[in-house]
Amino acid sequence: MVKSKKPYAKKSPEKSPNSKIFQNSRPRIKAEELIKYYEKMLLIRRFEEKAGQLYGMGLIGGFCHLYIGQEAVVVGMKAAANKIDTVITSYRDHGHMLAYDMDPNGVMAELTGRSDGYSKGKGGSMHMFSREKNFYGGHGIVGAQIPLGTGLAFMHKYNDDGGVCHAYCGDGAINQGQVYESFNMASLWKLPVIYVIENNRYGMGTSIERASAVVDLAERGKSFDIPGEQVNGMDVVEVRTAGEKASKWCRAGKGPYIIEMKTYRYRGHSMSDPAKYRSKEEVSKVRQETDPIDTLRDQILVAGFANEVELKEIDRQVKISVTAAAEFAQQSPEPDIAELYTDITA
Amino acid sequence: MVIQVLMPALSPTMTEGTIAKWLKPEGSLINSGDILCEIETDKATMEVESVDEGKLGKILIPEGTEGVAVNTPIALIVEKNEEMITSDEATTVSGSIKNLAIQATPQKAPEETRNLQPKDSPPTGSTKQLTVRESLRDAMAEEMRRDESIFLIGEEVAQYQGAYKVSQGLLEEFSEHRVIDTPITEQGFTGLAVGAAFGGLKPIVEFMTFNFAMQAIDQIINSAAKTLYMSGGQMGAPIVFRGANGAAARVAAQHSQCFAAWYAQIPGLKVVAPWSGEDAKGLLKAAIRDPNPVIFLENEILYNQTFNVPDDPEFTIDIGPAKIERSGSDVTIVAFSICVGYALEAAEKLASEGIEAEVINLRTLRPLDSSTIINSVKKTNRLVTVEEGWPTCGIGSEIATRIMEEAFDFLDAAVKRVTGEDVPMPYAANLEALALPNAEKIIAAAKTVCYAD
Ligand SMILES: Cc1ncc(C[n+]2csc(CCOP(=O)(O)OP(=O)(O)O)c2C)c(N)n1
Ligand SMILES: [Mg+2]
Repeated sequence: MVKSKKPYAKKSPEKSPNSKIFQNSRPRIKAEELIKYYEKMLLIRRFEEKAGQLYGMGLIGGFCHLYIGQEAVVVGMKAAANKIDTVITSYRDHGHMLAYDMDPNGVMAELTGRSDGYSKGKGGSMHMFSREKNFYGGHGIVGAQIPLGTGLAFMHKYNDDGGVCHAYCGDGAINQGQVYESFNMASLWKLPVIYVIENNRYGMGTSIERASAVVDLAERGKSFDIPGEQVNGMDVVEVRTAGEKASKWCRAGKGPYIIEMKTYRYRGHSMSDPAKYRSKEEVSKVRQETDPIDTLRDQILVAGFANEVELKEIDRQVKISVTAAAEFAQQSPEPDIAELYTDITA
Repeated sequence: MVIQVLMPALSPTMTEGTIAKWLKPEGSLINSGDILCEIETDKATMEVESVDEGKLGKILIPEGTEGVAVNTPIALIVEKNEEMITSDEATTVSGSIKNLAIQATPQKAPEETRNLQPKDSPPTGSTKQLTVRESLRDAMAEEMRRDESIFLIGEEVAQYQGAYKVSQGLLEEFSEHRVIDTPITEQGFTGLAVGAAFGGLKPIVEFMTFNFAMQAIDQIINSAAKTLYMSGGQMGAPIVFRGANGAAARVAAQHSQCFAAWYAQIPGLKVVAPWSGEDAKGLLKAAIRDPNPVIFLENEILYNQTFNVPDDPEFTIDIGPAKIERSGSDVTIVAFSICVGYALEAAEKLASEGIEAEVINLRTLRPLDSSTIINSVKKTNRLVTVEEGWPTCGIGSEIATRIMEEAFDFLDAAVKRVTGEDVPMPYAANLEALALPNAEKIIAAAKTVCYAD
């Protein structure tokens, strides 16, 4: 389970048992790295808040699934990735794109359906791609990205390029049959893929307990001989550590690896979800006690890697770039109508 | 500095809503994330969080106000004294409001077809005004009351009351024994339902949308559709597969497509596509009573439209026959589902230009009611078909072929198809609008076949 204590909230580091863990047994991470993660996670959060706002104004349409609350997962996994690695995920994908260094302007312009978007406005929130960043989408059909990611891993192995695929899916998606067909092939053929299960406790309005006979999702690879690990997905350092371990396993030719990230989505499933299936107390408890950004912020302060003023400045810079992305996304023109019949072969 | 809080769009199809309740009184301090008010949308009651910080300076629209259009200012937030708002934030807010006026792209207006009642055959008996959503729910509820072996299964059908709120209230009335939430495992639960139907139960399988039925299409075709034949008539599947089909609003390529032609090709399936509330109720009841697999193609944009619907719990509409929604002598327009509304709209405009169109609502796509179309073409000698689906091997292609085979000599012009454009659905508002059929495209096609353009 997600730890229900706020690990670094206490101001006196000597008295906090968690801080001791941080000092004693946690991996040594350089100040600038932690600060970089902080900035990225904050970027994702502010970006998503802005996207929600633009949706309310009618500038973004259709489905729009926000990632707020889950930021540590993608940022930590990206920290464990090499340049050659590939990524694929579902429709809840804005955070992934930003974490894997896609340009906020291009992402936001895709959200508004404009020609400067990553898919020229033709894909929208759920369907964005970047060859340059090895980002293979943005997929709308629950679970379908898992065989696709397994195929990317097949490509890595085929080309012997040392790459690993990060294939993300949700706690709901994990029950789809094609996931297990993929697990079997990936293990059988020792494919370098990390299956990152983002367990945010709900698939739409259905809690994991109502959807899964066995809720310990890290165990799902057992009958395929795939190792699995459960990780506190609200802590970017723990995520990174697990990601590194999994990457090492995959790069050593040992086959796939499963990481179950215990995390939480703060917002509704999509913009039109009133989220009546959970209590407000549940949401605010997670927000208050295990928020991934607050957690990292406290880690940084406790370690003395930055002070309040410096963090405020990061905050300000992030706000500026999100504001700029939103401006960009509104100024960018709608796609030329000729685009209706481009990028189609038959 | 004053920040306007605008009425938010809270669903892909929302154009207006009701301010149900203000949760913060005027003058209260607001942090971002605080819940300002509750808004009733076309689907649900939603809480609206503030994205801004400050003080709730003024409530512009009091609670209880209905029909508040999206983007109407509903409140003003002013600065809290202790915190300054930076100038770049100030420009974003006013800047984006300014842009909104220029850039908000008109969405397909679902109201266009509302209240267009058929002229020639008003429903008999007592009727009430119902949305298509309510008509579908009532159809299921009435049938479930009649027959204990009917159950509803699918994602979010029970506790959530349906992703599109079609199954509202059914869990409460029929319990989790008969209204069953599934994991997101379409192939599995579809196969399970078909197996249960082999055993004599009567499942209604809800696909959240038909896009997701592609996961399960093997079980629909290879298991449900073929078993009666393969077993020499011993065993079939009394089952309904229902859910939203066709284009929704702004949900892009993987969530916006019409599967009518796919299923209509399959021997062993009946395929139904209602337009009005009356269609929805009468045809769904007939589908549930049918001892064979029926594909029931709903339309998300129609869910919220209101029609007069017969009250009688024994009211059903036969699967098979088409309905002439408007009679006319100059050109026949054949459509189904949401396109019937566009066709009626087109017919009104054509009439004002002296062209009387006969509009046929197919209702059932398989078996296809060729004779109603042929009889109409014998009168009008001109035919336009309309569908949201792609042109190649579409419903229109099939109708054109049948007319050529069986009524060739009655045609005064080549049949014209109005279809969705032959591309995956684009997300951008301008491209999406171009990709779909509408009244203008139907008018143009009708004029072409009448040599009036
Ligand atoms: C095959 C399929 N079935 C249903 C849906 C509708 N749907 C979209 S997201 C979702 C819930 C998925 O939950 P989860 O995998 O936990 O991911 P999360 O949304 O929590 O990130 C559902 C049912 C879909 N897109 N595809
Ligand atoms: Mg989930």
